[in-house]
Amino acid sequence: MNSTSNLKTIKLLAILFISALTFTACSEDDHDDHDDHDHEEEVITTLNYTLTNGSDVVTLSFSDPDGEGGNEGTYSISGPLKANSTYTGAIELLNETESPAEDITEEIEEEDDEHEFFFTSTVAGLAITKTDADGNGNPLGLETSLSSGGAGSGSITVVLKHEPTKPNDGTSAGAGGSTDIEVTFNVTVE
Amino acid sequence: MQKIYFLCIALFLSQIPIDAQNCNLLFKGKITDFHEDTPLIGASIRIINLNKYTATDLEGFFEFNDLCEGKIELEIKHIACETKRITINLEKNLFKEILMEHHLEELNEVIVKNNTKTATTSIEQTIKEEVIENYTDKSLGDALKTISGVSSLSTGTTIVKPMIHGLHSSRLLIINNSVRMFDQEWGDEHAPNFDLNSSNRIDVIKGANTLKYGSDAIGGLILIRGKKYAAKDSIFGKSSISLNSNGLGGNVNTEIVKTYTSGYFGKFQTSYKRFGDFKTPNYHLTNTGMQNFNASFRVGYNGFEKGFEAFYSIVNNNFGILQLSHIGNVNDLVQAINSPEPRNTENFSYKIENPKQIILHHLGKIEAYKRFKGLGKLTVQYDFQINRRKEFDLGRGNRENTPVIDLRLFTTSLQPNLHIDFSPNLTFDIGMLGRFQQNNAVAGTRSRPLIPDYEKIDAAIYTTGSYHIDESTEINAGIRYDFSKIDANKTYLLADWKKNNFDQLFPEFEGEIDNTRIKTHPKFTFHNVSASLGFSKRLENEFTLLMHYGLGTRVPNPSEFFSDGVHHSNARFEIGFLNIKKEIANKFNISLERSNDNFGFIVSPYYKRIKGFIQLIPTGITTTIKGAFPVWEYDQVAAEIFGIDIDLNKRINHQFDYLGNISWIQGNNLTEDIPLLHMPGTNFSNRIVYTNEKWNQLSIGIKNTTVLRQNQYPNYNFFTFNPSTQQEVFVDISTPPPAYSLFGFSASATFNAFKKGSLKLEFNIENILDVSYREYLNRFRFYADELGRNFNIKIKINY
Repeated sequence: MNSTSNLKTIKLLAILFISALTFTACSEDDHDDHDDHDHEEEVITTLNYTLTNGSDVVTLSFSDPDGEGGNEGTYSISGPLKANSTYTGAIELLNETESPAEDITEEIEEEDDEHEFFFTSTVAGLAITKTDADGNGNPLGLETSLSSGGAGSGSITVVLKHEPTKPNDGTSAGAGGSTDIEVTFNVTVE
Repeated sequence: MQKIYFLCIALFLSQIPIDAQNCNLLFKGKITDFHEDTPLIGASIRIINLNKYTATDLEGFFEFNDLCEGKIELEIKHIACETKRITINLEKNLFKEILMEHHLEELNEVIVKNNTKTATTSIEQTIKEEVIENYTDKSLGDALKTISGVSSLSTGTTIVKPMIHGLHSSRLLIINNSVRMFDQEWGDEHAPNFDLNSSNRIDVIKGANTLKYGSDAIGGLILIRGKKYAAKDSIFGKSSISLNSNGLGGNVNTEIVKTYTSGYFGKFQTSYKRFGDFKTPNYHLTNTGMQNFNASFRVGYNGFEKGFEAFYSIVNNNFGILQLSHIGNVNDLVQAINSPEPRNTENFSYKIENPKQIILHHLGKIEAYKRFKGLGKLTVQYDFQINRRKEFDLGRGNRENTPVIDLRLFTTSLQPNLHIDFSPNLTFDIGMLGRFQQNNAVAGTRSRPLIPDYEKIDAAIYTTGSYHIDESTEINAGIRYDFSKIDANKTYLLADWKKNNFDQLFPEFEGEIDNTRIKTHPKFTFHNVSASLGFSKRLENEFTLLMHYGLGTRVPNPSEFFSDGVHHSNARFEIGFLNIKKEIANKFNISLERSNDNFGFIVSPYYKRIKGFIQLIPTGITTTIKGAFPVWEYDQVAAEIFGIDIDLNKRINHQFDYLGNISWIQGNNLTEDIPLLHMPGTNFSNRIVYTNEKWNQLSIGIKNTTVLRQNQYPNYNFFTFNPSTQQEVFVDISTPPPAYSLFGFSASATFNAFKKGSLKLEFNIENILDVSYREYLNRFRFYADELGRNFNIKIKINY
């Protein structure tokens, strides 16, 4: 009598065990298409900073078409800036590992409260101010105004912070967060 | 039971005179040792119901004359044998061979094993169930740290990896219920997916013949075991709850065991753990909570001649990762290193947000054994594991539910082992292994997979043997051959492929080129030989001397071959290489031990020499759109690691005990003549315990743990240019933090609250003085302090 109930318990345990295995083995199946193993990457490869003053258009570009690793990125500066002028600046971000290139600028616009650009320059008299704002009225920096002073040369650094403190003291260091972009262009003002 | 027994006898006796029986029967027999197939001399045989005695002669024979027809109950006894009872129905003259088992320890592991080593010659230390229970809401790494020579490599608070003699990850084998764990264990921030509550005993094996488990236990081996249950009709269990002030969380665990006289048993265990943000003395660590669910089943039949066991465990871990450890580039890292506390520390919360890890681990095995008379025991084990690891990062867009790392690792193996023990002085194990492993870098992560798709086949054959030279001396030796084949599919950036010269070295791996990328099919084959030699000598006064030599070989792991990408939690670009070769280690361990409650100790020096030691070290800077990243590359050097572990116990008087240990270790990179990276600092602990059995087994203890500053470290510091501030900045990624000393308090008492069971109450304080400190072996030491004071209450019920 005792042994039959023992046997029942064992059977029950065995069934439990096996069903647990089957259940979990099934639920474990990932529903991904295994042929689709191209692994699209979510990266920013390109930053174009276009400065416009009437018909004078200067583009500062950083481009790393294969993303992190591989070939290092390249800088290109289309020409010198004019002295004592005011340019309207616009930033465009792209993911060129995809074809056609994916526009990341839109993503930044959508999540404007989680992002902010910071601009610094070593060129004497050159100042960049952010002219746009996020939904909370804090600066964003996709749109800027650049005013140049006298002739000279130096660099412009563009930093994009993800999840910075907003509002902040206006410096990238003070804003904290993690850096999504940090590029430095060597520019000349004539 | 006993009553029924006597009743049966009484009934039986009462029947005798009634039947007209043949009472001239002869019952002859022979008693033979099961293992050696040799006669047992001087075994006593008693017919219980007739109260007749006899003993076996020099050939193991015995006989009874003038027996009547009917049932006879025999009881056979022999020194060091399990007493055997059998019932025979006697109808005519009979000859019967009866097999006896004199390897008592094998049968009675329940009783004896508590103080028994895995093997006589092994240099090992054990964590018993009581200690495991104390760590019910902590991790394996935390529990093992109580052993000298064991430290841990942690990532924040909850992700803790054990480290033996400065070695971890792929150099440590973790054997969970005789299944070698494969859970993407190569990663520094990948903690073992194992629930402490599912085990009854853990052995840390520093030097021993572990060839049965693998060839690559260069650091050592962690053996997690369940209990053997006695074959009796019983049901018992235990439940515990543990609550903590730091992290405002804890753990509930419950287990129930049913055993039967027939040898069948079943166990079910489950636990749930939940913590919110942990707190340092000065601030909360935002997003460091965790949630964890585990369950395990064991069923089996524990017979002497044959038996089986099935085990299944599921572990589901959800770890929050300190939010501020997500670092964008090297300047963020500098900022984090230079700020005294993490920026934006928020108030306490149970929320687990990105970055986080979600890991699901299934482990199942079926093992069956059969003993063969005069030969030994054949065991066959089949096991499988599925590990699904998802890591989530702070990303743009609505992608917080898209993991950046999504890997599914499937491992299955078959292992037959024959244990030959017919000779009392010489035992052998011969075994084989066949294993298949498949890694699937699940698509849809929107980032380059850290570890590519691969398939791996392992096959091995080994033999180990032990020989008792005399009563007190034993030698143990073994040899193992391993074959491994790795077949991977990885897409490289064409520029990287060429930069690393892989187009010259491995043109046969190249596949189709698509713009900037190249598909490759790396294939590797390895043949490894490993060996082991051990010696143990029991001396007078409870002294034992142990010596062990091991030759271990380790095949590079997938990250060493294939890594290529940014690791955001330490702002580094990690690169593995296809031309990495296997690692070969020569290990020497000596241990002088005295096992005595009044004054005992273990003094255990060791020396390891590793050829082709694979390490990840900073080699330069790469520039990306995110700015500069330090590049860390895997390289190979000649290395040596040596040190000494000392454990001590002294009974001060019948109520006070002292326990202490100290570990000192030195690791050298011989190729460059500098110290090795991430070697634990010298550490020691002292503990005084007061116990009073009379007062509900009251136990009160005070413990001090001190970790000295690691002064032997390689200097990989560098300068970087910060374009925003136009300054060269010093990046100190090498300097270890200062020494620290922590005090802990523990008190416990056991009450016999129930008829059949007990209630144990425990109260503990960790870091009593609320010391702010940082630990060299925590990968988050750049960002935040370790935990502050914690009050803990545990209630345990045994029933």
